[in-house]
Amino acid sequence: MAKSNKKGLLIDYEYCTGCFSCTVACCQEYGWEAPLTGIRVMEIVQDLPKDKAYLTFLPFPTELCVLCAKRTQKGLAPACVKHCMANCLTYGDLRDLALELEKKPRMVLWSPR
Amino acid sequence: MGKTTIVKTTTWSAGPGCHGGCGVLAHIKDNKLVKIEGDPDHPWNQGRLCARALAMTQYIDHQDRLKSPLKRVGKRGEDQFEEISWDEAFDIIEERMKSIRDDFGPESMIFSMGTGRDIGPWICMLAYAFGSPNVMFALSGNACYSPRIAALDTVQGDYCVFDAAQWLPGRYDNPEYKVPECMIIWGYNISATCPDNLFGHWIIDLMKKGTKIITIDPRLSFFASRSKYWLQIRPGTDAALALGFLHVIIKEKLYDKNFLETFTDAPRLVRNDTGKLLRESDLVKGGSTDNFVAFDIQKNTFIIWNTLNQEYSIDNATPSLTGVFKITLLNGNTISCITVWDKFQESCVAYTPEKVEKITLVPALDIEKAARFYAKAKPASIHWGVPIDMTPEITPLCHAIAALWALTGNLDVPGGNVFTRSAFNAVAYALPGAEGVIKLKDQAQDKTRIGKDEYGPFNKFIWRCQTDKVIEQIFSEKPYPVKGLWMQTCNPLSGIGLDPKLWQKALEKLDFIVGVDLFMTPSLRYADIILPAATFLEKDGVRSWWVPLQTINKAVTVEGCRPDVEINFELSQRFDPDFKWETIHDLFDEILEPSGMSFDELAKKGWALPPENHASRPYFRHEKGLLRSDGKPGFVTPSGKFELFSTLREEWNLEPVPYFKEPPFTPVSRPDLFKDYPLILSTGRRSPAFFHAEHRNIPWLRTLDPDPVVEIHPDTAKKNNISNGEWVVVENWMGNARFKAKVTKIVPPWMVMATHGWWFPEKKDDPLFHTFESNINMLIPMNEQGKDGLGTPVKHLLCRIRKETKGVEHGEI
Repeated sequence: MAKSNKKGLLIDYEYCTGCFSCTVACCQEYGWEAPLTGIRVMEIVQDLPKDKAYLTFLPFPTELCVLCAKRTQKGLAPACVKHCMANCLTYGDLRDLALELEKKPRMVLWSPR
Repeated sequence: MGKTTIVKTTTWSAGPGCHGGCGVLAHIKDNKLVKIEGDPDHPWNQGRLCARALAMTQYIDHQDRLKSPLKRVGKRGEDQFEEISWDEAFDIIEERMKSIRDDFGPESMIFSMGTGRDIGPWICMLAYAFGSPNVMFALSGNACYSPRIAALDTVQGDYCVFDAAQWLPGRYDNPEYKVPECMIIWGYNISATCPDNLFGHWIIDLMKKGTKIITIDPRLSFFASRSKYWLQIRPGTDAALALGFLHVIIKEKLYDKNFLETFTDAPRLVRNDTGKLLRESDLVKGGSTDNFVAFDIQKNTFIIWNTLNQEYSIDNATPSLTGVFKITLLNGNTISCITVWDKFQESCVAYTPEKVEKITLVPALDIEKAARFYAKAKPASIHWGVPIDMTPEITPLCHAIAALWALTGNLDVPGGNVFTRSAFNAVAYALPGAEGVIKLKDQAQDKTRIGKDEYGPFNKFIWRCQTDKVIEQIFSEKPYPVKGLWMQTCNPLSGIGLDPKLWQKALEKLDFIVGVDLFMTPSLRYADIILPAATFLEKDGVRSWWVPLQTINKAVTVEGCRPDVEINFELSQRFDPDFKWETIHDLFDEILEPSGMSFDELAKKGWALPPENHASRPYFRHEKGLLRSDGKPGFVTPSGKFELFSTLREEWNLEPVPYFKEPPFTPVSRPDLFKDYPLILSTGRRSPAFFHAEHRNIPWLRTLDPDPVVEIHPDTAKKNNISNGEWVVVENWMGNARFKAKVTKIVPPWMVMATHGWWFPEKKDDPLFHTFESNINMLIPMNEQGKDGLGTPVKHLLCRIRKETKGVEHGEI
């Protein structure tokens, strides 16, 4: 079966520490002027029963993200993926990445605009 | 237009601001940095890189970079400077500092640095060439890292860190390595990346490989949410928790009996009459004070531990770990003794989980479960953050934590806490436990070092002056006046200085101040001469802090700026006619000599790991005899053992076994203050965007964390009529500061967390850039260090909060 060439990012939010390397790596790659960026990091403090809470960081590619098409054509990883300190971003074919979702909890799959 | 070249180099300080270690690829075109990337081949960061390093293009060519030496022409603190040449600046500095040296002695100049800088060696080089022993790390109680290092040197002879295979080729895949089953994260928040010469995200690598986490933190950190056990501790009570862990481990016999018997001082006898160790000299005429006494169960007799030979006076000794023994001394008195092990257990026995719950607010059941899990996990490691240093009784706390990894058999084992020394023993300058290439010319020069005579560790492990005593002496002028300050990449009015108004007065009082930095700061406004320094990309350097051994390789030049090492080298030559080195590379080569490589040879490789069986490479070095200079098994302590009862602490007239003491400003120790200031004030949680007081002027970084923030629990916010995002005043008996409220369940209702290091480089209407406005140090006193001169209460003060009255208190909002 011919592979689809639709690409995406698999985001393992269990391990995102909120370090913002992805955000600034993107700014550097594209020379964005702050506050523009191709990927943001959300801090989400989830409320849990019994007055408990849970802290999650979620990298979220913005409308500006082009999945580093020029880099990936050269065989390089997108700037955010390359520099992610927690190695929690994976670039690839959406179909392949979808299969990865089954292997581990707490991940989201992102397809570009 | 030239083409782009790629320079491989190593991060350290100016730029990302950090303690360094990451391998980077700097893309250079026409002497400009066009891009920076993590070096995928580098074993440390493996291609990864932090936000601050990735923002280097905005930093290096920033419009506000200082690019010419400046001379003050107005009053201190004003915005009145004129540009001068480097030669003129050096001439003025030479003349003024030599005149201070002639009139008051070299010790009247203090040489001050900020935290973790790569200028440590170069600032020592300059101070020592000038003749002053007074090198200062400007934080009260010297409370960052060196207290922990000194504490561990005291009880176990060497520092140790968690093992993430950083010494091994191939890292985690190396067959020698074991992934820890359990890691305790004690007061460390990862998003701000890298503490204490470790790459923070190595812990994430380990978690993915199965390591389970115990988190000790009052805040709901990344780790807290992902922990098997999260112990939400009341700040400042860590020693009680550590003693509680030890209580459980000892009571349930979860310790490593072999390690206890073989490698600790457990069987030594302690006199009940004096509380001191029984020594051979107490028993025998001509007996050594360095030799200790134990009781042999099989032979039913007292035996002597010969410290020099590291052996007992009889073969096949079976020293008793427990018991009460009567013995007649040389002077005819009969006394009773107990073993060190019994004495140590006494110090833990009162700390039942129930009692520890009352002190720490951590549920007793969680303490038991976590202690059991840690003790049974093999291997297990502990990573501790700077909050450990930021309490006055830091050494007893470290002693208790060190006993945890020692008694559970996790010391210098793969995946445990492993001893760490400068790679290849290439040491640039004296740090605790190591003598470097750069040192005082003779010990006589050290006599005037401030705090040295008062505090034991400052005589044995810490070669800086005691910061609180320096500030005191600036005002008292006793025993000698302080006249000048060399202040290099150090901004006490905004970051490192507690009670910054006191620092301001101190700066006003001095005769001559030199400031070396990359941008104008509030503190530089007090300097007479300002010298513009360089980023790590603009210089050569060496880095031997733990592993690997690395070079920093110059990639670009920024016109007008000079590297710290070059500034200090030229002035050292001017101050010292016998200055040892001709060129900076001669100095680098000498530092690197133990590795067998020159600077150029190492620069070609980029980095190097020490070979197998080298003293700076794990594992099992205490068993193999790799730690001690005599080649015998054991540790570099006065007795050769891991000391549950510290001989040095005994010598310094300090408690030789661990204890908990309530810190000075808590709801428990100061109920009077607590009535008016009903919240625990904790400060200093890190931001990934900033290194302490730096980076507020870098747009990509500032946009991530635009305002000074205080974290407030929703219940507490409601009680004080405060909404998310409102400006609030945080205040106590010392002073106040304004922050934006971040209403969040990350903090408990009884504590607020205020961020530190805030000033506003963009607010140029004030020469001091509004540095006292949102400066949490306004609420923190100096001079609260522990009995050994170390530690300071930064993490546990008291405060109250209220909504700011708009437009009234601080002008326009």
